[in-house]
Amino acid sequence: MSRNIAAFLLVCIGVVMFLAIAELPLYGSPDTPVQNYVAERYIDGALSDTGALNMVASIVIDYRAYDTLIETTVLFTSIIAVFLVLKKGIN
Amino acid sequence: MSDFVLKRVVALLLPFVQMFGLYVIFHGHLSPGGSFSGGIIVGLGMIAFSLVFGLEKGSEKLTERTTTLIESFGTLWYGAMGLVGVLRGSSFLMNKGSGVPLGEPGKLYSGGLILLITLGVGLKVASTMVTLFNALMEEED
Repeated sequence: MSRNIAAFLLVCIGVVMFLAIAELPLYGSPDTPVQNYVAERYIDGALSDTGALNMVASIVIDYRAYDTLIETTVLFTSIIAVFLVLKKGIN
Repeated sequence: MSDFVLKRVVALLLPFVQMFGLYVIFHGHLSPGGSFSGGIIVGLGMIAFSLVFGLEKGSEKLTERTTTLIESFGTLWYGAMGLVGVLRGSSFLMNKGSGVPLGEPGKLYSGGLILLITLGVGLKVASTMVTLFNALMEEED
């Protein structure tokens, strides 16, 4: 009995998921909500704002420099964790 | 591993691998790639050396003290580059707005602080790979 209820609930969730997927815009279509003024600003102004030809580098290290700063801190923290767990001779 | 062919091939390949990694780091603002991918290439060169020639020889070339220093000062270097903007009267991590000369797009010196930050992060990622590898391999004996 409980198995049937679980299967019914799973089917319901699946139907809702498929309805949500059907509402999604097509991948790469120009009228998605992602293609707003932010992307336009990056495409138009990346070269004059940062002087770097690689737009990925200009976004990662200039526009979103805080994100990359904390990302390197995450690397540092992971190394500390590895040292704490695996390294011999640290008490 | 003490295979003659393996040692010779790795010894021949390693300079090119390291050079390519440094190229990817230094041209991060010009071509695809950047600090993370270039740093991983440099780190994997060191890991290949340690794998083929043994862990002791590997840690002779790049001592644990060196990797720890690079590891610690990579993030601080990033923060110091951010303070350049503050010292020039602008906000933290500001590049163009703080008056850093941007250079001519397409040349090696362009993009202001991006090149310096990429260098620091790349070396840090390389030493992270090497440190992780050494920490995982030392546990076996």
